[in-house]
Amino acid sequence: MKVKMLSRNPDNYVRETKLDLQRVPRNYDPTLHPFEIPREYVRALNATKLERVFAKPFLASLDGHRDGVNCLAKHPKSLATVLSGACDGEVRIWNLTKRKCIRTIQAHEGFVRGICTRFCGTSFFTVGDDKTVKQWKMDGPGYGEEDEPLHTILGKTVYTGIDHHWKEPVFATCGQQVDIWDEQRTNPICSMTWGFDSISSVKFNPIETFLLGSCASDRNIVLYDMRQATPLKKVILDMRTNTICWNPMEAFVFTAANEDYNLYTFDMRALDTPVMVHMDHVSAVLDVDYSPTGKEFVSASFDKSIRIFPVDKSRSREVYHTKRMQHVICVKWTSDSKYIMCGSDEMNIRLWKANASEKLGVLTSREKAATDYNQKLKEKFQHHPHIKRISRHRHLPKSIYSQIQEQRIMKEARRRKELNRIKHSKPGSVQMVSEKKKHIVAVVK
Amino acid sequence: MSAIRASESSLLASSQQEELEDLPKDYPLSTSEDEGDSDGERKHQKLLEAISSLDGKTRRKLAERSEASLKVSEFNVSSKGSGEKLVLSDLLEPVKTVSSLATVKKQLNRVKSKKTVELPLHREEIERIHRQVAFNKTSQVLSKWDPIVLKNRQAEQLVFPLNKQQSAFAPIEHVLSGWKARTPLEQEIFNLLHKNRQPVTDPLLTPVEKASLKAMSLEEAKMRRAELQRARALQSYYEARARREKKIKSKKYHKVLKKGKAKQALKDFEKLRKVNPAAALEELEKLEKARMMERMSLKHQNSGKWAKSKAIMAKYDLEARQAMQEQLARNKELTQKIQVASESEEEEGGTEEDCDPLVPDVVNEVQVKANRPNPWMFRNHSSDAKEAETQEDPEEIAGSTAHEASESEEEEGPLAEEEILLKEFEERRSLRQKSGLNQIAEPVGRPETKDSSSQAILSELRVLSQKLKKENRQSRKQEVSSVKTVLAVQREKPAQEEEEPLLLQRPERAQTLDKLEELSKEGCFQNKELPRAAAEGQCLERNPDNHLGAPKEKKKKEQMIDLQNLLNTKSPSVKSLAVPTTIEELEDEEERAQRQMIKEAFAGDDVIRDFLKEKREAVEASKPKDVDLTLPGWGEWGGVGLKPSAKKRRRFLIKAPEGPPRKDKNLPNVIINEKRNIHAAAHQVQTLPYPFTHHQQFERTIQTPIGSTWNTQRAFQKLTTPKIVTKPGHIIKPIKAEDVGYRASSRSDLSVVQRNPKRLSIRHKKQLKKNSID
Repeated sequence: MKVKMLSRNPDNYVRETKLDLQRVPRNYDPTLHPFEIPREYVRALNATKLERVFAKPFLASLDGHRDGVNCLAKHPKSLATVLSGACDGEVRIWNLTKRKCIRTIQAHEGFVRGICTRFCGTSFFTVGDDKTVKQWKMDGPGYGEEDEPLHTILGKTVYTGIDHHWKEPVFATCGQQVDIWDEQRTNPICSMTWGFDSISSVKFNPIETFLLGSCASDRNIVLYDMRQATPLKKVILDMRTNTICWNPMEAFVFTAANEDYNLYTFDMRALDTPVMVHMDHVSAVLDVDYSPTGKEFVSASFDKSIRIFPVDKSRSREVYHTKRMQHVICVKWTSDSKYIMCGSDEMNIRLWKANASEKLGVLTSREKAATDYNQKLKEKFQHHPHIKRISRHRHLPKSIYSQIQEQRIMKEARRRKELNRIKHSKPGSVQMVSEKKKHIVAVVK
Repeated sequence: MSAIRASESSLLASSQQEELEDLPKDYPLSTSEDEGDSDGERKHQKLLEAISSLDGKTRRKLAERSEASLKVSEFNVSSKGSGEKLVLSDLLEPVKTVSSLATVKKQLNRVKSKKTVELPLHREEIERIHRQVAFNKTSQVLSKWDPIVLKNRQAEQLVFPLNKQQSAFAPIEHVLSGWKARTPLEQEIFNLLHKNRQPVTDPLLTPVEKASLKAMSLEEAKMRRAELQRARALQSYYEARARREKKIKSKKYHKVLKKGKAKQALKDFEKLRKVNPAAALEELEKLEKARMMERMSLKHQNSGKWAKSKAIMAKYDLEARQAMQEQLARNKELTQKIQVASESEEEEGGTEEDCDPLVPDVVNEVQVKANRPNPWMFRNHSSDAKEAETQEDPEEIAGSTAHEASESEEEEGPLAEEEILLKEFEERRSLRQKSGLNQIAEPVGRPETKDSSSQAILSELRVLSQKLKKENRQSRKQEVSSVKTVLAVQREKPAQEEEEPLLLQRPERAQTLDKLEELSKEGCFQNKELPRAAAEGQCLERNPDNHLGAPKEKKKKEQMIDLQNLLNTKSPSVKSLAVPTTIEELEDEEERAQRQMIKEAFAGDDVIRDFLKEKREAVEASKPKDVDLTLPGWGEWGGVGLKPSAKKRRRFLIKAPEGPPRKDKNLPNVIINEKRNIHAAAHQVQTLPYPFTHHQQFERTIQTPIGSTWNTQRAFQKLTTPKIVTKPGHIIKPIKAEDVGYRASSRSDLSVVQRNPKRLSIRHKKQLKKNSID
C-alpha cells in the first residue's frame, strides 16, 4: 500500500551556508500588504521616539586641568590623541580611548592662547601670554631628559592665536598683526596688517592652503593671501567675531562665531551677504568647528551649551549641556566625524557623540539596515506635526530656556516696531532689511 | 639849507662807507663790465631812498630777499622777466658752436621731449589696488571648486573618506611569496605543477593559454568587428539611397542623370585611354558587348532597322502594319512582364521608364479618367453648402425638433450618396444636441436617464408638476405655432424696451416671459429661460420679485425645478424655437457668429453635466454603505451558480444608518467635502514643506513606501541608502585638488612668499642680508 504524504524538497528552504540569506517566501502583491502609509507613519513615529529615548550623547569628561581650558587641538594622524591648553599655561595631551592624560607640560606663564599641531603630527606649537611661540615634540621626553621645547621664539608683542599650514612647514600667528613664520627661522617671513587692532584668531584654509582668515576685535573679519602677501578683503560686522572656521569640503566657505549670539556662514567671494545666519545661542558664541564631512558644524557658547548646526539650516539640530558645564570656550569635532570635544571654564574637557542616539561599536548588517530604514522614515515624515514635535523636543536648563523666551519677545517687539515704522512712513522710504543683511556693517576692499 | 647839506654829505659818506664794506664781500670775483652800470643804478636807488627817508618817519629799508621784488639786488635771485619761462634752448645758445658738447645737447633734447612723470599714488591707494587685484585672482582660483561643491551638495550619497585606497589586485603568488613547500605533500604538488610547466610566477598562464591569446587578441577582434559593422552600415546606406532614387518619378531627372552618367563614362574612358591604353581597350570591348546586348534586347521595339523600314511601309502596306502591331503587342507583353518585375528590382525600373515613349500611353488615359468629378471634392462642396445653411439659420438647427430633422432629411434625399453620409453625420450631431434639449424640455418625461440624485431630492415637486408636463408634451406642436403668433404680437408691443441695453431689459423680459408662460400654459417656459443660464442668478433673483404680486405655488415649484435643470444645459449652445423671437433682434451678427464658434469649439464637452456627475459620485461615495454578512453555503447548499437565499440575504444585511444631511444639499453648484476628519488632521501636514513646490510632489513622496514589506530587497537597500557614510576609526581629511581630478598647484605657498621680497618685513630683509654676508 502506498501512503501519500506531504513532502518538501529541502533545497527550497535550507540554505547552503549560514552566511546565506534565509530564503523567505514573500508575496509582494500590494493588496496583501495594505495601509502602507499609516504603517510607515507609525514606524516613523516609533523610530523618532526611540531616537529620543536613546539620545545619550555624553560620553566622558576628562579632568586634570587646574584652570579653565582655553584651547584644544586635534592630532592629525591619531584619532585618540587630543591636546589642550589651559589658562594657567599648562598643556596636556590626552588619550581618548583610555580617557587619561598621558603628558603634562607647563608650557607658558599665563594663558596658553593657542595650540596647533604640525601636519605630520610629530610636533606641536603653542603661544602664550608670555610673548613666546614654542614648538614641542609630540612624544614625551626620554628617561632623565627634561621636558623642553624644541624651539622658542621670543616675540615683542603678545600672540593671541596660532595655526599651522596644512602642507608646509609654515605657521601663522596673530596678535597685533598676522605673521607668517617659517619653522626654521626666528623671524616672521611675512607680516600682514590692515589697520591696528588686536587680532584674536587666524585660520589657514585647509583646501586652498595659501588663504588665511582672521578676526580682529574691531568687529572685522579679514582675509589674507599668503602667496601675494597681502590682505584681500575685510568685512565689518555688527559685533566682534571671536573665531572663524573654514569648511573642509568647500574651499570658499567659512563660518564666523560672533558675539551677537549668531554664527555667520560666508562665501568668501561675496562677503556683503552671509550665505546663512545661524541663530539659537543665547549668549556670545566663542568657538566653532566644522565636521570633517563639511555638512555640519558645532559651536561653543558662553551660555554653557554647545549646539550642532547643519550648514544649510539657520536653526540648530542639537544642543548639548550638562549641569556642571560652565562657559564653553573651545570645541572640536574629531576627524572621524563621530565625536565632539569641548573644553570649558570649569577645567574639564568633555567628549560627546556627534549623533546623540547613535549606537557605538560594530553594527551587524541587520542593525545597520534597520538604522538606515529608521533614518529614512524619520526623514520622510519629518514634516508631520507629531513627529516634528517629538524630534525637536529638548530639555534645556532654565537659564537658557528663559533667555530664549525673552529673546523671542524682544525679537518680536523689534519686528513689530519695524513694521510700524514702515506702516507709518511714506511708502518706500523705509525698507525692510533682511536678517542676512542686517548684521553686515560694511565690506572694505 | 646847511643842515640839509650836512645831512647830505653825511649820507654820502655813509654810503661810500657801505660801498667800501660791501665791495670786498659781494664782488670779489666779478669781472664783467656791466657790473659798473648796475652799480651806478643801485647807488642812485639808494640815494633816492635816503632822500625819501629824510623826513624821519620812514626808516631806511634794509635790503630783503624776496622773490616777488622786481628789483635786483646782490642778495636776491633775479626775477627779472618772471613772466617768461626759462627755456632750455636759451641756456644752450652760447654753447651751440662747440662741437664737443653735441652729445650733451642731444641728451638734453631728449630730456626736453619727455613729459613730466606723474606723482605716485598715495600709499593706501596703492595697497587698495593691490588688494583688489589679489582678491580677484583668488576668487578666480576658488571658482574652480564650484562644480565640485555643487556636486557634493546634491549627491545622493557621500562616502567618507573621499580618497579610497584602491583595493589592488594581488596575484596569489605575491601573497604567498614568503611561503615555501615544506611538507612532502606540498612538495609533491609543486613538482607536479613544474612538470606540467604550470607557471608559478606572474602571469599565471600556461603556454597553451598564451598561444590561444596570441591567436587573436582582443583588439584585433574588436577591429574586425568594427570593420564588418562599417561595411554593413555602408551597404545599408547605399541600398537606401538606391531605393530612394528609384522612387523618383521625374523623367527629366532620370534623363539628366543618364546623360550625366554617359558623360562621366566618356570622360573616364578618355582619361583611361591616355593613362592605360590596354585597360581602355578592355573597356571598349565591354562597351561593345553592352551595346550588343542592348541591341538584342531592342529586338521588339520599333527603333530597329527593320522596324523603321516597316514603319515607313506601314502607311501603305496592310501586312507591314500588322507586323508592326504584332511587334508592338509583343513588346507590350514583354514590357508588362518587366513592369511586374520592376517593382522588386531596381535597375529594370530605370530602363522601363526610358522606353515609355514607345509604349502606348495607357497611363495618361488613366489620368484623364481620373479627372472625372472627384467624390471627395463633391463632398467638400456639398459640405460647404451645408455649412452655409447652418450658418444661415443656426438657431433653427440647434433648436429644431426631431421632426424637423427628419423633414430636412427628406428634402435632401435626392442628393449624392456622399451628401447623405454627411447628412447622417450632421444629423447625429444635431441629435446629440437635441437629446440635451429634449431632456431640458421634458425633465420629468424621462428622468431616469439623468440626474437620479436630484430627482430624489425633488421628487415631490416633480410629482406635482408631472401631470402638467405630460399635457405639455402632447399638445406641444400645436402650442408652438400659437406661441409664435403670440410672440410676434409681443415683439411689436414693447419696441422701445428692446432697443434698450440687455442688462436693463431683464426685469421687463421676465415679465413678458411670465405673460407668455400664462398664455402658453407654461409650455415653453423653461426653454426660454435656458439660454439665459449665464445670467441665471439675476434672472432667478428677479423672477420671484415679479411674482410677489401673484404668488403662485406651482410657478415657484417650477422655478425650483429650473434651478436644478439649469445646470443641465449648455448655456450658449442651446436655443429653443421660441426664444430667438424674443432675442434675435438684440443680438448682433457678430455675437451670433461668436456664439456659433464657441458652440462648435465646445461641441463635445459638457462642463455642467460633468460637474453634476462628479457631485453625484461624491455623494454616493460619502454615503455609509450597507454591510452584507451573508456567508454563501452556510446552512444551505453552496457552489458555482448558487446564491444564498433572499431571506438569508435580507437577514444578514445590516443597513447603514442614514447620516446627517449633506451641507451642500441645497447648493446645486457646490460640492462640500465632508471627509475632513479633525482627529486625523492633527496628524496631517498643514502647510507645504519648504523644498516642495506643489502638494502633489509632497504627497507622492509620502505615498511611496520604502520599507522591505513593500519593496524587494534590492529596492529597499537602494531606497534606504544613507546620505553620508563614514567609517569609524578613519580620519577624514579635507578635500584635495588631486582627489577630484584637479592638478594640484606645483608651487609651494612658501616659495612664493620668499620670492616676493617687496613685502618682506624689514627685519627679515636685514636677516637675509646678514645671511648672505655670512
